[in-house]
Amino acid sequence: MLHIFCPHCAEYREEEEFHAKGQAHIPRPLDPEALSDKEWGEYLYFRKNPRGIHHELWVHAAGCRKFFNMTRDTVTYEIHETYKIGEKPTVTAQS
Amino acid sequence: MSEANNNVRLVMDQLPGDDIQGRSPLHHADLATVAAQGSQEGGVTIQHHPLVGLLTLRCNAGDADQMAAASKLLGVELHCQPLTSSAGEGVAVRWMSPDEWLISVDGAKAFDLETAFHNDMPGHYALVNVGGGLTVLEVSGEHAVDVMMKTAPVDFHLNTFPVGKVVSTVFAKSSATIRRLADDRFELVIRRSFADYLWLWLQDASREYGLVVRT
Repeated sequence: MLHIFCPHCAEYREEEEFHAKGQAHIPRPLDPEALSDKEWGEYLYFRKNPRGIHHELWVHAAGCRKFFNMTRDTVTYEIHETYKIGEKPTVTAQS
Repeated sequence: MSEANNNVRLVMDQLPGDDIQGRSPLHHADLATVAAQGSQEGGVTIQHHPLVGLLTLRCNAGDADQMAAASKLLGVELHCQPLTSSAGEGVAVRWMSPDEWLISVDGAKAFDLETAFHNDMPGHYALVNVGGGLTVLEVSGEHAVDVMMKTAPVDFHLNTFPVGKVVSTVFAKSSATIRRLADDRFELVIRRSFADYLWLWLQDASREYGLVVRT
């Protein structure tokens, strides 16, 4: 069971209040018309599946119903940080 | 826009009229009879507050003008601090999320409040009557906290859940917005469609402590 810090409620809650929504930081292309089918397909369907640090989008579904980002280790399940949409992660695979 | 559009009522009174009686989602459970015939002493007391006026307010917490206007219209302060509530004469306001609050007033006064907001609230906001979709229960008594601990995955110790705190969380297999009214008194705002299920759940969870139903 993960113990997750919601950056909007500013406290730890149980995992069952949350839903995972996949990879974070996927910007919608500014001009979709200009993309090739391959580029559009990759934007829509292709996601990273790293071993180690991963940035994910989560939603506090039973609580404040806000989305936020999480930096999580896919090997140890350790949550390094949670941060609001629009903010930059301080823990990355490079650091 | 044409002149006719200026006369469009943007706020609608959801109460049909004095001659039509509203029914709570627990009407079928006949809690008045249960209260009269059931146990009068026990560790947990459950009370249903039917047909409370519930309104969801969404506005910009960063807009000082809006926050001041809303606080003035409500008569209690609108807090930006997460998981807090404020209560005054006949009104309570619960923090739901950074731009959302749940207001409860007397069922007959919801339309007056909506009208007052429509006339005096500046800026971009939404005030929606959600009273038809939700209902309010109150759980109190010596063992009220034990029932809450069984039901929701939240720490109910007074150090982390003081009086006045509000959390929205999973509650049994449904969800609830829980506000602590006193050390041993909790208010639950629940989905009306889950009212029967949660009533049965609470009845079962309270049985070992002795359940008292009050109207």
